[in-house]
Amino acid sequence: MSILIQLFVSFFKIGAFSFGGGYAMLPLLEKEVIKTHNWMSSREFIDIFAISEMTPGPIAVNSATFLGYKVAGFIGAFTATFAVILPSFIVISLIFAFILKFKNSPYVDWIFKGIRPIVLGLILAAGITVAKTSFIDIKSILIGGLLFYLVSFKKFNPLWGIILAGILGLVLY
Amino acid sequence: MLWEIFLTFFKIGAFTFGGGFAMIPIIQQEIVEKKNWIKEEDFIDTISIAQSAPGPIAVNLSIFVGYKIKGFPGAVICTMGTVLPSFIIILLIAKFFYQFKDNHIVEKIFLGIRPAVVALIFSAVYKLVYKSRFSYVDLLIALITTLIIVFLNINPVYMIIIGALGSVVYNKVVNN
Repeated sequence: MSILIQLFVSFFKIGAFSFGGGYAMLPLLEKEVIKTHNWMSSREFIDIFAISEMTPGPIAVNSATFLGYKVAGFIGAFTATFAVILPSFIVISLIFAFILKFKNSPYVDWIFKGIRPIVLGLILAAGITVAKTSFIDIKSILIGGLLFYLVSFKKFNPLWGIILAGILGLVLY
Repeated sequence: MLWEIFLTFFKIGAFTFGGGFAMIPIIQQEIVEKKNWIKEEDFIDTISIAQSAPGPIAVNLSIFVGYKIKGFPGAVICTMGTVLPSFIIILLIAKFFYQFKDNHIVEKIFLGIRPAVVALIFSAVYKLVYKSRFSYVDLLIALITTLIIVFLNINPVYMIIIGALGSVVYNKVVNN
């Protein structure tokens, strides 16, 4: 039982304090899993993180499920996944209620006006960061270029885009 | 309606590779363009909220979109839909295919998917710029933000706080 509580507390913390997506939470995750609780070796941890990156879904959720499973089986996986999502659920619920209440306040309007261009910049920055490790040769640049063209200008469904890119990877490499 | 929401988010969860940002064009396509559950002009604000709160962006997006579509039950259903594919796939891998990572076929598929994720993120930026009516000043701020994040490695949350505070102060001064 106590291991489940430890899992819950650790992953709740990770969910609550990781801002800005999966990679930002890596140091905190490492600290909780390896240094604080010694749940696994560093090598095993890196493998699990790599798999969490490769499988679909948010990296934080994937690694919570995987690490929870390694530590305490199915119930561990469930506990860690639930715990990592719970802070998001609480915070977003509060934000939603806040926005409903102050919908007509000029402050809410101003805050959004200020955040919009920042968020646009953040998305572009995320794209550049991922591009640095994904565009490794001419083939990958061609795949990226083709997909950008199809999705942006030809109304190609992004879901099919992912499948097409997977097939292209299989054929070209 | 709830079942339809669940299926849509299950699909989104199953195809989100490379973190929450790649999810943006997929949500845009499914929720805004196909189902019309969220208006185009509200979409950027939804992303802003998902970015500003702690936790995985994809999960935050699902919860907020869920609230918008159908209140608390909507939020629960969307979250379950987004998380369930990950949960199932990871459990299967953890139980049966721990060798997954070193599999050559998987490796090749991912060499194709990684640049596609970049393409999807850039196409989200393109669509947002094209459809959200940004002013030139907004675009300049966006570009500066990008440069700061890429070169100075500052935590994105600080940029969001600066943007929000800056806008409040600016508008307060202008309106007085």
